[in-house]
Amino acid sequence: MIGGMDEIDRFCDSFLDDSHRAFREAARGFAKQAIEPHAYAWEEAELFDRGLYTQAAEAGLLGPSFPEAYGGAGGDVFHLLVSTEALIEAGCTGAAVGLGSLEIALPPIMILGSEAQKQRFVPPVLRGERIAALAISEPGAGSDVAGVRCLARPEGAGYRLNGSKLYVTSGVRADQVTVLARTGLDPHAGLSFFVVEKGWEGFRVSRALKKTGWRASDTAELAFEDVFVPTTHRLGEEGAGFACLMQTFLGERLYLAAQGYALAHAAWREAVAYSKAREAFGRPIAGFQVIRHKLADMAARTLSAKVLTYQCAAQVRAGSCSPAQVALVKNEAARAAEWVCREAVQVLGGMGYMRETKVERFSRDARLLAIGGGTSEIMNEIASKGLGLAP
Amino acid sequence: MRIFVCVKAVPDTAARIKVDKDGSHIDPSGVKFVLGPYDARAVAKAISLKEAAGDGAEVIAVSAGGTKGERDAKKRLKDALALGADRGILIPDDGCENRDPLEVAKALAAAIKAEGEFSLVLLGRTAVDDQAMSVGPMLGALLGAPCVTDAVGLEIAGGKATVTRAAEGRQQTVELTLPAVVSGQRDLAEEKYPKLKEILKAGKKPIADFAYAWTDGGYTVTALEPPPEPVAGKIVGEGPDAVPELFNLLQNEAKKLSF
Ligand SMILES: Cc1cc2nc3c(=O)[nH]c(=O)nc-3n(C[C@H](O)[C@H](O)[C@H](O)COP(=O)(O)OP(=O)(O)OC[C@H]3O[C@@H](n4cnc5c(N)ncnc54)[C@H](O)[C@@H]3O)c2cc1C
Repeated sequence: MIGGMDEIDRFCDSFLDDSHRAFREAARGFAKQAIEPHAYAWEEAELFDRGLYTQAAEAGLLGPSFPEAYGGAGGDVFHLLVSTEALIEAGCTGAAVGLGSLEIALPPIMILGSEAQKQRFVPPVLRGERIAALAISEPGAGSDVAGVRCLARPEGAGYRLNGSKLYVTSGVRADQVTVLARTGLDPHAGLSFFVVEKGWEGFRVSRALKKTGWRASDTAELAFEDVFVPTTHRLGEEGAGFACLMQTFLGERLYLAAQGYALAHAAWREAVAYSKAREAFGRPIAGFQVIRHKLADMAARTLSAKVLTYQCAAQVRAGSCSPAQVALVKNEAARAAEWVCREAVQVLGGMGYMRETKVERFSRDARLLAIGGGTSEIMNEIASKGLGLAP
Repeated sequence: MRIFVCVKAVPDTAARIKVDKDGSHIDPSGVKFVLGPYDARAVAKAISLKEAAGDGAEVIAVSAGGTKGERDAKKRLKDALALGADRGILIPDDGCENRDPLEVAKALAAAIKAEGEFSLVLLGRTAVDDQAMSVGPMLGALLGAPCVTDAVGLEIAGGKATVTRAAEGRQQTVELTLPAVVSGQRDLAEEKYPKLKEILKAGKKPIADFAYAWTDGGYTVTALEPPPEPVAGKIVGEGPDAVPELFNLLQNEAKKLSF
């Protein structure tokens, strides 16, 4: 089912106002027409059409909560959540997260960038003309961000950048990459953000990576060999990178939690529809109590992940969310997504194992949520600090 | 240039409609209401005409409809505002469901006349709920303006509207002297999705109430029933042997074949 509200939506509806509801409908209309018909082909091709960026921008779906002054729509975090729901329902998570890489690539620019840098690097991305990616992780440093080794050595009116970055979402096609690199020895205070542009000498995509899920989104390993980065492309002061990154994690993890409940919800809807249509032993499989109760359990998990994420979003909007809270929420939403998508596959039986079905894809997409944006182990580590669990 | 677009809140065409216990209303519980799909195209067309006309042009959305719950016509006016209309006029009518179409046309005409001059009134060809198809032509008559229905193309130049309309098996082109009333087909404009920026702006655009003293007129909906159940299917045989009987039934019983 696309469009309309079910019981799960109704339960969460008090967090939304008319503008969120209207935007969700518009986003659903767009996703149904511009993504859904191509979802399977794009996932198989491991790339969605580049034209989707401009189409989505025209429909107002890129960066809904960015300020108007930089080409955004001036919405709030709930506008991002409802558009994420709509994009994921269309059955091509890869396209949703590919379009969404700007949601992690632009915040460091918005937080640290000068007015000129913001005007230069943000509006063209929100117009869908340029693709933006964020490059933190490296072959030798993922969870341990302070272990970043990519080195930016001062030279003349800028820096020489050397190193490599791994798992960069949208990295293969990116026109600009927000890169975290080392400008000093201190593990934390020695990190700075830069914007590196496509076509610069020494900057190349060394590999397009093949993945379990999120298949329609391109993921890259990037190489920097003596790339000259002018000072105009350093964001904020030298050494401001780590603190800024910590600030952006809140939004990134909330965004991933949203993908979690959205995947669960979409998979649940698919499973419900299938259970009413599929007959076995002379009746629809929803006629079996085992299946109905499974669907009810799936609804409960979806609902709790969604309400939790909405509550977290409300606190993020109010500026009163702690890293521990968002870490707990991300873990819970990721677990709900994995479990509900698994059960949805089960409800569809053999069909659930076929790549042409949404739930098959969702079940692979969901696996990412316990890894990307900080693993579930790291989330628990952050949560246990916040909860004061260490002796 | 001033363009009015008349819009109606209707149940989503995907909604399963149930008749209320009283037998003359639909049961609105769980039914999602939307901006009439033809109306939405009319709004989109009005916006493109406004953009083509440039400065000073104004698009005003008008709706006669409910004030509560899903039937709340203000929500649908907001949809029209989010698509780019400049302001809205609501003619509150909590008895809108089975309202005499002539009364609706009179109310719309009164609201439009109260605004003074107009160049064009656009409507959808029909509201997809009651499918009456009558408000547009009646409104033309009440406003004393030429009217065409089922437009698939519309251009404005030199005080005239050139309308292409879908007639049976052909397309007709009609020229109307403005002001005029035009009801549109789906093809009148491409489907537009409101942008978030416009949705947020729509919340701040004005919607004025226009009071109308509704009367019952000479029109009463006396019964509402679900459509007849489809007749059960019939298997007439298998393979080529079944063809003559199938042919016979299609031609003589279902009357789906004629030569
Ligand atoms: C599809 C995809 C897209 C991605 N997109 C981006 C992107 O756009 N930009 C970007 O910068 N990165 C991106 N990443 C990288 C992602 O953020 C990292 O994969 C993640 O942070 C984990 O790092 P790692 O892979 O190096 O795992 P490791 O850090 O090597 O972890 C391996 C295992 O050890 C555990 N572990 C590590 N440290 C601890 C500890 N202290 N206590 C307990 N357990 C520990 C981990 O939880 C994990 O189970 C993406 C990854 C994927 C898969």
